[in-house]
Amino acid sequence: MNDIQKSLLDEFQRDMPLTARPYQAMADRLGISEDEVIETLTKLSENGVLSRVGAVIRPGTVGHSTLAAMSVPADRLESVAALISSFDAVNHNYEREHNLNLWFVIAAADRQEVDLVIEKIEHLTGIKVLNLPMLEDYHLDLGFDLKWT
Amino acid sequence: MDLSETDRLVVAAIVDGLPLSRRPFEAVGARVGLGEEQVIDSLKRMRDGGVIKRFGLIVRHHELGYRANAMTVWNIPDDRVDAVGRCFGKFDFVTLCYRRPRHMPDWPYNLFCMVHGRERDAVLEQVENLADACGVENVGRDVLFSTRRFKQCGARYGYAPKPLESVA
Repeated sequence: MNDIQKSLLDEFQRDMPLTARPYQAMADRLGISEDEVIETLTKLSENGVLSRVGAVIRPGTVGHSTLAAMSVPADRLESVAALISSFDAVNHNYEREHNLNLWFVIAAADRQEVDLVIEKIEHLTGIKVLNLPMLEDYHLDLGFDLKWT
Repeated sequence: MDLSETDRLVVAAIVDGLPLSRRPFEAVGARVGLGEEQVIDSLKRMRDGGVIKRFGLIVRHHELGYRANAMTVWNIPDDRVDAVGRCFGKFDFVTLCYRRPRHMPDWPYNLFCMVHGRERDAVLEQVENLADACGVENVGRDVLFSTRRFKQCGARYGYAPKPLESVA
């Protein structure tokens, strides 16, 4: 990770300038050029460090979302996970070390649509889905404090 | 705050991220038939109104060397869960902290807290620190490390904006 990459990640996980040329404004803050910012972000995006430049939406303000969990037999995990990832409404899908071994987030326009996705998944897999919607958010998201080594 | 149809279109248009080009808000506006100013104004309003928790670079922890991704889950007495949740939420290694419903008898845990670290042992130590600092050493808890990531992207909330290439 070079110094420009580190500075961008340290400075702009939050409060990115909302102006017509945000990359120019970021460049001005760091004393580099707009092209350098764009090139560096493109590189970070290509190597997977940067998921995207965008917004973290407070849960419950746009549409409806939930965390769901299933207990999937090991020999079916790949295929069930692929089925779940194929839904546009699913945005995170992880295997975790627990009897409930598949955890995913469903986000849709409203609660009915989320419930419909759950019903479809239960119907297609024959496995019960544990539905764990957020009730309260306690975390003030300031981005991730990266400890460079 | 109440969201307008414009706000919803803007959220949908940026779900896969801003383009890395000089006028990114103009480009996202073109996806959904909005002008650059409208997009910027809407984003500012949503950021000021708390709908957008943060706007900026969204990283993948795993690719930055934070390979130990733990969902810690806690069974906190109902009358203490708000205070404990706020206490957990202040730590800089915590990336999410939500209260969720229990599902008895399968699932007794009502507080979820994501912890990212470079190594498992370091994460387990941070979980101990959390428990000590917030006075919940003696409650039931579990730590679910992730072993595989099948999908990670922005939430779509039912909107399917046209990809950039298809905008004439």
